[in-house]
Amino acid sequence: MNVDALTIHELQNLLSKGEVSSVETTEAVYKRIEQCEEKVGSYITLCREQALEQAKAADKRIQDGNDGALCGVPVSIKDVMCTKGIRTTAGSRILEPFVPPYDATVVEKLKTAGAVIIGKAGMDEFAMGSSNENCAYGIPRNPWNTDHICGGSSGGSAAGVAADECIASLGSDTGGSIRQPASFCGVVGLKPTYGRVSRFGLIAYASSLDQIGPLTKDVHDCALMMNVIAGYDRKDSTSVNRETPDYLNALSKGLKGMTVGIPEEYFGEGLDPEVDKAVKNGIAALREAGALTVPVSLPHTDYGVAAYYIIAPAEASSNLARFDGVRYGLRDMDAASLVEMYSQSRSQGFGPEVKRRIIIGTYALSSGYYDAYYKKASQVRTLIVDDFKKAFEHCDILASPVTPTTAWRIGEKADDPLSMYLSDVLTIPTNLAGLPGISVPCGFSSAGLPIGLQMQAAHFNEEKLLQAAWNLEQELNIKSVKNDNLADSEWNETSKSRKRRIRLQ
Amino acid sequence: MKISADEVSHVAKLARLNLSAEEVDTMAGQLDKILSYVAKLDELDTQGIEPTTHALSLHNAFREDQVSESLPQETALANAPQQNGEAFIVPRVI
Repeated sequence: MNVDALTIHELQNLLSKGEVSSVETTEAVYKRIEQCEEKVGSYITLCREQALEQAKAADKRIQDGNDGALCGVPVSIKDVMCTKGIRTTAGSRILEPFVPPYDATVVEKLKTAGAVIIGKAGMDEFAMGSSNENCAYGIPRNPWNTDHICGGSSGGSAAGVAADECIASLGSDTGGSIRQPASFCGVVGLKPTYGRVSRFGLIAYASSLDQIGPLTKDVHDCALMMNVIAGYDRKDSTSVNRETPDYLNALSKGLKGMTVGIPEEYFGEGLDPEVDKAVKNGIAALREAGALTVPVSLPHTDYGVAAYYIIAPAEASSNLARFDGVRYGLRDMDAASLVEMYSQSRSQGFGPEVKRRIIIGTYALSSGYYDAYYKKASQVRTLIVDDFKKAFEHCDILASPVTPTTAWRIGEKADDPLSMYLSDVLTIPTNLAGLPGISVPCGFSSAGLPIGLQMQAAHFNEEKLLQAAWNLEQELNIKSVKNDNLADSEWNETSKSRKRRIRLQ
Repeated sequence: MKISADEVSHVAKLARLNLSAEEVDTMAGQLDKILSYVAKLDELDTQGIEPTTHALSLHNAFREDQVSESLPQETALANAPQQNGEAFIVPRVI
C-alpha cells in the first residue's frame, strides 16, 4: 500500500486504528518526493526534520486519544504563507533569505489540528502568473505530462497533491490561482468567500482579491481542510466575524431542490471542444443527482480580465513597496545612497512579471490616469458584482468550465503576457466579486490532461459548492485522480482503472 | 500608442525600479498591448456607477487601544540585511 496516495479521510482511518503511524506516513511522503521531485519540482523548500518532529508529536496525540482534525496528516503550504522558522520566499529572489518569525494564522491552525508540514510549495513569484513559469526557484511541472505547465499561481500545491508528494495543500487565489492549477492537475481546489479565511501571514499580492484555500485529492478532504482553516481572526481586519459551519454536513446530501445556473458567456468563443464536452457531461451528472439547471447570463464576464489587470497590479504596486532592502530580504550592499539601495535591491530581487505588474499598477494610479484606469476598472467591478447578484436570484450555484483549455506546453505563452492573462477569463470574476468558487475534476482530454468543472456561489455558500461537488464526484466516480507518468506499475494499473471509471460521454 | 518608452522609464523610476534600455523597450511593447486591451473597458458606460473597492461591504474594524503581545526587538530585527541590535541600518541619508 502506498500511504502517500491516500486521501486525508482514508489516512485518518488507518491512523486512528493504529495500522500506520504519522511518522511512517511522513517518511512515505518524503520517499515519494525523492522518487518524483526531479520530474515534478513542486517544492521550493522541504523541512524534513521539523516534519518528523511534528509527526512524532501527532503519533503521541493519537495514542493519547487527543488527536486534532488533521492529526498526523502530511500537508504542503504554498510558499506565500509565513511559516515560523521555515524560509518563506513567495517564489521570489528578493525573499530568498527570509525566515518568518511567526506563523500565518492558517499555518497555526493546521499545526493546532495536528497536521505535519512537509515543505513549501512552488508558485509564481508573488502569486503573479498562470503557469508557474515565473518561479525564481525552478518551474513545477504537470504530473500528468511533465512537458506541460501545472498552472498557477498555486501550481506547486496542485502538482504536489496530484503527484502524492503531500496528502493535501494550502494555496491562495487572487484571480484563479487555486482553481486553475487544480483543474490542470486533476485535484479539487476551493477558493473560499473573501473574508472566510484569515489572510494574516499571507504575503499580500492584491489585498481586496487574495484568499487562502485548500487543494485536495477529493471533496471530502476539502471539507475537512475548510473545517480547520475557516473562521474570524482578529489579526485580519477583513476576515468576517460569522459562525463557521461544519462543512462535512454538506456532503452526502443529494441535489434535489438545488438550482444550477449555466452562464452562457462561459461557453463562448475560444472554449476547447473537449473541455466543453467534459464540463457538459459534468453538468448532466449534477442533473442526475437531482439538480435543476437553468440558463443564466453574466453579461460583463468578458470585461473581467481588463478590470483585473488594472485593479490587481494597482494593489500590488502598493503592497510590494515594502520590499526595499531595509527590514528583510535581499539588499544591494554596494549601493551608495538610500534611494539607489531601494532601486538596486528591487531591480535585482524582482523577476520580469512582477516588475511588469508594479509598473502597470504605478502607471494606473499615477496622476492624470487614475480616473481613466483605476476608477473605471473599479466601476466595471461593480457591474460584474451586479451580474452575479442578478444571476443568484435565479439559481443557487453556477456551473461552468474553470479554464477555456487544458494545461498548455511549458514555454507556449511565456513571451506573450496578454495571452497568458486572457486564460484567466473564467476565474477572475469570482475574485472581483469576492465569491466562493471550486474546481472539481470532471474528465480528461484525448491527450490525457485533466479537465475541471468550476462552480461558484453567493458569499458564504461554500456548503452548497461542497454539496454539489461531492455529488459530482460520486456521479462521475472520479475519486482521487492519479497520474500515469510518475508512478510504478502497480499504480499505473490503479490510475488506468480509475480513468476508465469516468463515465463515457 | 498607449504608453511610450519614456513613460515606462518615468514610471519605473517612481516605483524604484532600474530598468535597462532593453528592458524598457520590451516592457513598453508589452504594456502597450496590455493597455490597448484594457481600453476595452471604455466600451462600457459607467457614468454614475459607484466603484467597488471591496467585494464585501466592510466597515472600519476598531479595537480597544490596548497593548498586546508583539515581537521582541531581537526577533523583529533578525531578518534585516544590516542592523545593530537596536535599529535597522541604511545608507547615510543626510
